[in-house]
Amino acid sequence: MVLDSTNPIIEVKDVSFRYDLRNSAETLSSINFSVQKGEWVAIIGNNGSGKSTLAGILLGLYKPQFGSVTIAGYELNEETKWEIRKRMGIVFQNPDNQFIGSTVEDDVAFGLENLNMPYEQMKMRVYEALHMVDMYDYRHADPTRLSGGQKQRVAIAGLLALQPEILLLDEAFVMLDPKSRKDLLKTLQKLKSRHQLTIISITHDMNEAASSDRIIVLKNGTISSIGTPKEVFSKELDFEAPFTEKLRRILQMKGRNVPNTYMSEEEMVEWLWK
Amino acid sequence: MAMEIRYSNVSADYQLGPIRTKNVLDDVNLFVKPSSFTAIVGQTGAGKSSLLKVMNGLIRPKQGEVKIGKYSVSSNNDPTSLKEVRKRIGMVFQFPESQLFAETVEKDICFGPLNFGVGLSEAKEMAKTAIYQVGLDASFLPKSPFSLSGGQKRRVAIAGILAMKPDILILDEPGAGLDPTGKQEILSLIASWNKNNKLTTLMVTHEMDDVAKFAEDVIVMEKGKIIFHDDVRTFFADLNQIQSWNLDIPEARRFQLLIEEKTGVSLPKICLTVEELADCLIEVGLA
Amino acid sequence: MNKLIIGRYLPGTSLLHILDARAKLIAGFYFIFILFFAEDWPAYILLWAFTFWVMHLSGVHFKTYIRGVRPLIWLILFTVCLQVLFTAGGEIYFEWGPVTISQFGIVSGIYIFFRFVMIIFISTVITLTTKPIDLTEAIHFLLKPLRIFKIPVEEISIMLSIALRFIPNLLDETQKIMDAQKARGTEFGKGSLFQQMKTLVPIFLPLFVSSLNRAEEVANVMEVRGYQPNARRSSFRKLRWKWADTLSLVIMIFLTVGLLIMNTIV
Repeated sequence: MVLDSTNPIIEVKDVSFRYDLRNSAETLSSINFSVQKGEWVAIIGNNGSGKSTLAGILLGLYKPQFGSVTIAGYELNEETKWEIRKRMGIVFQNPDNQFIGSTVEDDVAFGLENLNMPYEQMKMRVYEALHMVDMYDYRHADPTRLSGGQKQRVAIAGLLALQPEILLLDEAFVMLDPKSRKDLLKTLQKLKSRHQLTIISITHDMNEAASSDRIIVLKNGTISSIGTPKEVFSKELDFEAPFTEKLRRILQMKGRNVPNTYMSEEEMVEWLWK
Repeated sequence: MAMEIRYSNVSADYQLGPIRTKNVLDDVNLFVKPSSFTAIVGQTGAGKSSLLKVMNGLIRPKQGEVKIGKYSVSSNNDPTSLKEVRKRIGMVFQFPESQLFAETVEKDICFGPLNFGVGLSEAKEMAKTAIYQVGLDASFLPKSPFSLSGGQKRRVAIAGILAMKPDILILDEPGAGLDPTGKQEILSLIASWNKNNKLTTLMVTHEMDDVAKFAEDVIVMEKGKIIFHDDVRTFFADLNQIQSWNLDIPEARRFQLLIEEKTGVSLPKICLTVEELADCLIEVGLA
Repeated sequence: MNKLIIGRYLPGTSLLHILDARAKLIAGFYFIFILFFAEDWPAYILLWAFTFWVMHLSGVHFKTYIRGVRPLIWLILFTVCLQVLFTAGGEIYFEWGPVTISQFGIVSGIYIFFRFVMIIFISTVITLTTKPIDLTEAIHFLLKPLRIFKIPVEEISIMLSIALRFIPNLLDETQKIMDAQKARGTEFGKGSLFQQMKTLVPIFLPLFVSSLNRAEEVANVMEVRGYQPNARRSSFRKLRWKWADTLSLVIMIFLTVGLLIMNTIV
């Protein structure tokens, strides 16, 4: 994967934000990071770290008091946010509250209707998107007959119909059962490689974060570290770690000769075998 | 007081608009040991929530009877007997914070006890005990429940149930939607009430790691029937069986199988938690 | 609430199911309009024949329609009684103060009863055979001319369809909150009126709060998916006008003519 480090697709410069101007405490302070095209970046942090606020800022729902955000070449402001939203799709946490249409195909079409797209073109995009997430057979179903995982699939189809460059997942799998989570993750990985998507996922599922290219760790409104999973999990000790890291730490505590850094599953199995 | 729970030939359905659904529970027979901690698992629609709801009469059995200690729930209960049953069963729904309504945390927690005839000053005492039981403190009592964070709201909702001093605690996915730390805290609290207060506990969950860590018995449900009910280690023993039920396995077990496959070395026992896995790996000399 | 038949959609493949929602709405309103021009029993016979024919075409059992009238029967009988007791004309059978039971009164009472029941039957036919979302589309289409008066027809339409879509969620949540409070010892429907109303607070307040939160989330989702209230939007859902729909309006014209003819008899 060739990453163009000279021209990131998302650039966040010196962003600070607070909800209540009377309060001196900032929800987010001096946030700086950039995302390359084609990367999968995870943003992790506990409740209160500011990660939902950061999502809101990237989406143009909140305006930061300081700093700038550039997405897909546009500097984010009141006028450009509509252009940006055509290029960045979002999946939120609550499967019900993002299902606007009366049926599956109506919901997928919602974003296209907002663009005033002609009917024939919409039809094509809607059905194409539904096929990509394996929900074509459910196109006439209404939301009461769908599971949480299916509704999130429909949400993803709704974004894909826009043919975006970036996918933002705001704790999109939190309300799903473990099986649906794993299935959806696989679907997203497949879609990412097939369509060269850039994915930003805000999550507290450490196993999900462990399969990303880079992790940004937020603590109390500031960035505590940015790096590969290896770098981050070896350093950040007060988070629930991914499974292999938990195992490594216990073995280390029991005095075994484990490496000092985070290991992925393959690496762990390799090491055990030797 | 530890109460035993017994389902005898319980079948149930319910009214959904103009239609009656087909049986959500189909000839269920079940005995739950007093003071046990039982996890209830199964696919969506298997009847897990219905199993809980029939216990306190939110769904009436079409046939059969549920006995809770000396009380019973069947198709013909009068409201008074149902109230007696509900006093003894503390039911925590999924996302329980959505039921908070009172002006202050204290008033909301007192709601249950007051409904069951407890006097106001005694109810306030129970509220004070309950708020500490859920890991918060008395400073929360005068606050508005709507000013709290999601995790705190959930604890307040659970405190409202504990204040009723139930003999049985039934929970539907108590950790749903929480971040990992918050979830572990709530589950540890639930385990502690089960152990210290001998509170018979039944918990519906999808997370196998939690089942492995906290449950002593497991019930598997499918299409309204109970297809398995035994202790947790027996539950995790046969992998093929778990897969045929379309259920997940704990991370530790999954990794154990991966290691055994890749290295060809068999570990001495079935590892359900990361600690057990670590010990086994050390024992066979892999680590 | 479970017993109300009017307002429910029953899927099916009858002729009435296939008709465009706009045709049904127009024909339905028109029918209710010309109902008031019926003058005597021949006209009512024609109207009843038409009503029964339409009900038969819907493929829904007659019993269902009767069940639809039952919840409203007291209202109907009350209105009929008022008509019978307080209108006078023709032969008088009984008189006492302002109350007069007369031939005219009885006959007009019967006609009122007919009109009420026919209105319920025809409305029920429409809602039973038309998907709620198609009905809102039809309303949207028919309201479009009002844009001239700066009425936000588009916004009203989308509000209607979103409200419709979330009704099942609202009902589910109500049930869930009721269950939760029942489990905490609330008894509904018991005690004085005041006590019963008090038990509704633990239901309405959480529902209200969650609806507000939901509204905010949905609004954010809509904005982020590109919805702008005053912008031009295309429409994915299409109502298709067929020759059968034109035919149904033509039939209404024939009905009107027939009615006028019937009015001249007697």
